[in-house]
Amino acid sequence: MKDERIMKIIGRYEADAGMLIPMMQDLQAENGYLPPEQLRVLSKKLKVPLSRIYHVATFYSSFRLAPKGQHEVTLCMGTVCYLKGAGKISEAICEEYSIEPGGTTSDRLFTLQAVNCVGACALAPVMIVDGKYFDGVSTESALKIISGLSLEPATGTAEVEAGG
Amino acid sequence: MKAIKSQAELESLRKKLSKKLNPKVKIVRVCIGTGCAAKGSKRLYELLCEAAKEAGENIKVEAKCVGCHGFCERGPIIVIQPGNIIYQRVEEPDVGEIFRETVLGGRVVERLLYEDPKSGKKAKTEEEIPFYRAQQRIVLAENGRIDPTSIEDYLIAGGYGALSKVLNGMSPDEIIKEVELAGLRGRGGGGFPTARKWRSCREAEGSDKYVICNGDEGDPGAFMDRSIMEGNPHSVLEGMIIGAYAIGASQGYIYVRNEYPLAVEHLRKAISQARELGLLGENILDSGFSFDIRINRGGGAFVCGESTALMASLEGRAGEPRAKYVHTVEKGLNEKPTNLNNVETWTNIPAIINRGGKWFASIGTEGSKGTKVFSLVGKVVNTGLVEVPMGMTLRQIVEEIGGGVKEGKKFKAVQTGGPSGGCIPAKHLDARVDFDELTKLGSMMGSGGMIVMDEDTCMVNVAHYFLNFLKEESCGKCTPCREGIAQMLYILDRITRGEGESGDIEKLETLAGLLDETALCALGTTAANPILSTIRYFRDEYKEHIAENRCPAKVCRNLFLYEINAEVCTGCGICKKNCPEIAITGERREPHVIDQEKCTKCGTCFEKCPFTAIMKV
Repeated sequence: MKDERIMKIIGRYEADAGMLIPMMQDLQAENGYLPPEQLRVLSKKLKVPLSRIYHVATFYSSFRLAPKGQHEVTLCMGTVCYLKGAGKISEAICEEYSIEPGGTTSDRLFTLQAVNCVGACALAPVMIVDGKYFDGVSTESALKIISGLSLEPATGTAEVEAGG
Repeated sequence: MKAIKSQAELESLRKKLSKKLNPKVKIVRVCIGTGCAAKGSKRLYELLCEAAKEAGENIKVEAKCVGCHGFCERGPIIVIQPGNIIYQRVEEPDVGEIFRETVLGGRVVERLLYEDPKSGKKAKTEEEIPFYRAQQRIVLAENGRIDPTSIEDYLIAGGYGALSKVLNGMSPDEIIKEVELAGLRGRGGGGFPTARKWRSCREAEGSDKYVICNGDEGDPGAFMDRSIMEGNPHSVLEGMIIGAYAIGASQGYIYVRNEYPLAVEHLRKAISQARELGLLGENILDSGFSFDIRINRGGGAFVCGESTALMASLEGRAGEPRAKYVHTVEKGLNEKPTNLNNVETWTNIPAIINRGGKWFASIGTEGSKGTKVFSLVGKVVNTGLVEVPMGMTLRQIVEEIGGGVKEGKKFKAVQTGGPSGGCIPAKHLDARVDFDELTKLGSMMGSGGMIVMDEDTCMVNVAHYFLNFLKEESCGKCTPCREGIAQMLYILDRITRGEGESGDIEKLETLAGLLDETALCALGTTAANPILSTIRYFRDEYKEHIAENRCPAKVCRNLFLYEINAEVCTGCGICKKNCPEIAITGERREPHVIDQEKCTKCGTCFEKCPFTAIMKV
């Protein structure tokens, strides 16, 4: 059954090995990460060595090999955000939740992702929670936004109060 | 819509669409670019749509979503026609009033107008706002006016006219000559003459050729290409189709950053609309020319801004660059002749074809023609996208358009060119924006990031930031880049920690020179620019860090202390309450004291003190 999904993705790109990255992006979009067994299927069907698939998976920062938390917290680390204190915000979040940038909290509440620049520099510092942008965040407001997140038994994203 | 098969059909469709425009219809334009959308503009659009529906028969109102106006900091931005009245920082509760007063009543809501902080004068239209007045918009001309998801809007604005012109009477050679006459140079950073690249690719042997649009805008602090792709995606497509025709390519790719979901969405829509109309696909406008475009999303690797790395990524491999002794115009993607240009370069093409290369060349300087879009950000009053003619001085951009440094602080430097560029100090503010002039100053044009820094910015820390960025993003293929950057970062790390040694500056200079001479790709050869430019202009600041263990901007944590000014402190206790390390002591209404042993310099007290009694010393 699981193979069906990956076969569908492969079919979408006519099994063209040149489209390996879009396939992996689709796979991640559907699973939240790249499950190893599916990568093996991908390798076999496309006749691309598994080592090359892992090379790609570990080369690009947007791919992940482990499941992520229920919520996605993205902190922009672009130059402007950095100059306006994003580094300190990141440190504070990491300390509060005992995680590293890129890591997931032990209860899988959220994954903290640091990205180079989201191209919204006029709003710096920017934090994105489950696709929702928060502009001009401070250490305090960032922590407050995250503390408003909750674990949901079913899938689905929690509504976040406006802040920032 | 039915596919169109000739120039005449395209023009008659354009006429038909233009006729449908009712000048009596009032139009409310809501910006839905990433900046405004982040501040809730989509909800404003919905509310305005509802209000428009309820307005009734005798008054026609159309709410329209448009791309980025550029004035992101003032978002959400709404423009109302007639009158082109611009409202800024609009919030949900304002919608009712805007609709009642301005749309229905024709009156201006004063409090939503932009107010010039210097003169206190309110501005009703874009033209009255200094931020827009000094700009000259070619690339961004239709941004903020047309609905990026509507091909009709693009057609009414004259879109695909340039394509129809070239397919009906211009030979590929004539197109290339026109671009050559325009003097267009690549907007992605390098500034390579576009026409020369096109000609080499056209003349390269092989039948299957590709054109690529580089939308992997990786420089932190830059978002010009995002706004173009989001706000006017058809202009990118039109430029690419014209280029493909001139070069003889049949397949195109747009490589877009993964962090730009809205750009991907709008480009996808634009491609399917263009296909439906027959502007992409087989036998475009019955010219015998066939061409199609595919979108690929980037994987989040800065090095993919480098052409050969981007092509490797398109082939499904890790984005590692290769040496360019064989040019990509001869052997690029899949070993086939490939022409790659940046988003902004492609977008300039339709304007050059429509108005002529001579016109384009009349704008700008001797060596740099046309305009350049910059994302003016950082510690500046007005932040956003600005398009200016080449040759404008940095001072004009920062002071006139940007309104100077925020909060009355002193200007320190402007950083251009992202991690491959450098910091330009105040004494060179009268330098002109020009490919060659910026290079001479030790920076580069880059793709257009322009970050203003004030006196509170530590230049060693800035160099450290960029080097750290580059270390993370170095692909690791060549030793100079992989090891050289790590070594330079190690030295900078020591300096910012207060462990600098004499000779460090010289070591950095040696390593930087080595990188420049030996790294494989432009990411490596330019990696030293952030260090070299800061050493060149702020050598004393480095020296103070090393010799005196002092960070003059008070940014490097180990090199300054927080102290409470006993004369100003009221003993309110706010700092004490908020200190996470319990490092502050003091009786109520008595001056407090920070225990330097315990202080981790998190800066919380500094931010919290309502009386600015806490000083960095």
